[in-house]
Amino acid sequence: MTDGIALDKVELKLGAREFRFDCALPAGAVTAITGPSGSGKSTFLNLVAGFETPDRGRILIAGGDVTEKHPSERPVSLVFQDNNLFAHLDLAANIGLGISPSLRLSGNDRAAISQALERVGLGGFEKRTPGTLSGGERQRAAFARALVRKKTVLLMDEPFAALDPGLRLSMANLLIDLHRETGNTVLIVTHDPDEVGRLADHAIFIDHGQILLQARAEEFLVRRDIPALAEFLSG
Amino acid sequence: MLTRAERRRGIGWGLLSLVGIAFFVGIAVAALLSWDAGNTQSLLFTAYTWRILRFTLLQAVLSTLLSVVFALPVALALARRPSFPGRVWVIRLMALPMGLPVLIGALGLIGIWGRHGAMNSLLLKLGLEQPISIYGLSGILLAHVFFNLPLAARLLLAALERLPAEYWLLSSSLGMKPFSVFRFIEWPAARRVIPGITGLIFMLCATSFTLVLVLGGGPAATTLEVAIYQSLRFDFDPPRAIALSLLQIGMTALILVAISLFPAPDDSGITTGRATRRFDGRTVPARLWDTLAILLAIAFLILPLASIVAAGARANLWSLLSSAAFLRAAWTSFTIALSAGLLAVLTSLAIIAGREAIADMKRPAGTARAFSVSLGGMSSLVLLVPPVVLGTGWFLMLRPFGDVARFAPALVAIINMLMALPFVMRVLAPAVETHRERTGRLSASLGLSGFSRVWRIDLPVLARPLLTALSFAMALSLGDLGAVALFGSSELTTLPWLVYSRLSSYRTNDADGLALILGIICLALTMIGTAGRRETSHD
Ligand SMILES: Nc1ncnc2c1ncn2[C@@H]1O[C@H](COP(=O)(O)OP(=O)(O)OP(=O)(O)O)[C@@H](O)[C@H]1O
Ligand SMILES: [Mg+2]
Repeated sequence: MTDGIALDKVELKLGAREFRFDCALPAGAVTAITGPSGSGKSTFLNLVAGFETPDRGRILIAGGDVTEKHPSERPVSLVFQDNNLFAHLDLAANIGLGISPSLRLSGNDRAAISQALERVGLGGFEKRTPGTLSGGERQRAAFARALVRKKTVLLMDEPFAALDPGLRLSMANLLIDLHRETGNTVLIVTHDPDEVGRLADHAIFIDHGQILLQARAEEFLVRRDIPALAEFLSG
Repeated sequence: MLTRAERRRGIGWGLLSLVGIAFFVGIAVAALLSWDAGNTQSLLFTAYTWRILRFTLLQAVLSTLLSVVFALPVALALARRPSFPGRVWVIRLMALPMGLPVLIGALGLIGIWGRHGAMNSLLLKLGLEQPISIYGLSGILLAHVFFNLPLAARLLLAALERLPAEYWLLSSSLGMKPFSVFRFIEWPAARRVIPGITGLIFMLCATSFTLVLVLGGGPAATTLEVAIYQSLRFDFDPPRAIALSLLQIGMTALILVAISLFPAPDDSGITTGRATRRFDGRTVPARLWDTLAILLAIAFLILPLASIVAAGARANLWSLLSSAAFLRAAWTSFTIALSAGLLAVLTSLAIIAGREAIADMKRPAGTARAFSVSLGGMSSLVLLVPPVVLGTGWFLMLRPFGDVARFAPALVAIINMLMALPFVMRVLAPAVETHRERTGRLSASLGLSGFSRVWRIDLPVLARPLLTALSFAMALSLGDLGAVALFGSSELTTLPWLVYSRLSSYRTNDADGLALILGIICLALTMIGTAGRRETSHD
């Protein structure tokens, strides 16, 4: 058993699609989740986050069985491609909700929020609303919330997909920095082989609801024996 | 993109409709203003008119408040329960009152809440003595809530369902409890649309005629519109009718200005099929609360509808259907509805053509822009000058020229047309616009124009929205009592008028049967309309 994330013979059926995941992902590392569109990457993340419950099998996080736990009881933070912030609330409130879901914040909490904003390069943005930010700034704010939550697992579903290439690079660097500081376990869904190389220690490749390959990033990027993966890696 | 000839034609059509509507409404208002003005002024603010105005506003405020306040928990519950059993049907049920002729709804409400209705019988058995009266203020409020609660609930639900799916994932992952979800997500979304919804419902309630006529009407419970009708039809007191009409126009003008300050609500984005997933509200009390809210709303809406069916089925439907009175009224109603519907569609197309021609100009002059704006305003002029006021004006205008009954069918058709125009515009304008965006350049480059363009390019695509608009307009006209009330007589009997006069002469059995028939016809037409609309909004 691992102290990372384990999907133990997990089976799930959604409509006509069947998913079968059995894997153990290392703690304190960045694992890239890749695969063709519709292969089940988001579903994989939803299982870990608790938005889907397996029909069979168990899900373990840091050794604890979370299979039946509500999303709020799992030690995870989430970053999606878009809509990570409540559009009508300012950044302080958006990040504060990560500390207290009823927004009862102490002076220390407020200081932590300001610090987190500072850390992602948005110092002084407490009163800004998401609508007044650029796409990159919004994703930074989402990172800031993940920071204050101090959860051991960070799940990201194509967090940079809506950003332009230059911005992706700087966001990836920011993510690496934050990861080094906190030592959390990161799962990141990505469509971009370059991103796998840049960010990930490990990678898995999903096709038709099954994990075809799990490997260290260096090995993953040079494998050519799985046709679907070869296609993914070539662009 | 338009050829010069096309642009000229468009402006011509627009101008024609503009002049036509302005003429029809202008004559009515001029007739009111020119009738013995000195006398009217002193009648404008008497104790009597004040009382009427006060009651009009009071019942509208209360109706709006109750509708929105009770709609909120229903909408929240439906939004939180995307897989509530039969949810699609609950949402469809909430669309029903809007397609139901108001008079029919009133009959259903009397069936449940009336003196001998199911509700009071139940309360009697429980030991209370006749606690609810369907007549007077309480009845008017009840009826307004019946028609407007589902409207408000649908609009609120649409606003909630337009929120990004990520919000629900995030809130549950963050561990937000129901109250936090309400405070930070649901309420801010609702608050954005509530002003618009409130304005819309307030307008509907302040100008409601049929419900007040049937359920109120006594001196203590009369709105401006009903008072106008009564002073003309029963007391024949034109100066008072004119004074009330002017008050009515002033009031609606103020409301319209207030409404224009807020964004208009719309129910796009409401999902009847696959819905968003919610992870909150899994606790037992939350489940119970939502189930209770939804079930109570269903009961409140379905009981009167069931009562219409039950009471209607008791009547001898076959002999009603084959009676001369029914056949004559049906024929009258049908011809008026068809004329009103066709007129409304044609006028809309003319208005759209006019605005399109202006929009096509590179640098429209100020007059052209003003023309375009007034074309848009014209289509909702009937909101400012309501049917009873239009009818009153024309009534006074035509009286010197002989029996008003001779002109009545045409007047009713035109007034119905004006009432339908805002709805028809809402269906046709976006449809024509997207159609032009898709095909305009191509048609122009191929040199398609005139008849061949209309026949080959426009009609096949626009047939659906045209049919939708026509059936909406016809349903509205078929179920309308407001325009015909002033002119209804043994010579001019429409179906709603027939129901109303049967009701007034206490032949309730006939009224119930006729109501069922009319209700089915109107709902069928509205359903044709909505089916078409759903189709067009998807592609
Ligand atoms: N609730 C559901 N009911 C039925 N089918 C579903 C459901 N959720 C997902 N699916 C199907 O499961 C498959 C995997 O979906 P998933 O969202 O996990 O794909 P993905 O790998 O994230 O794709 P993308 O790269 O496009 O985001 C898809 O074919 C999808 O249509
Ligand atoms: Mg996905």
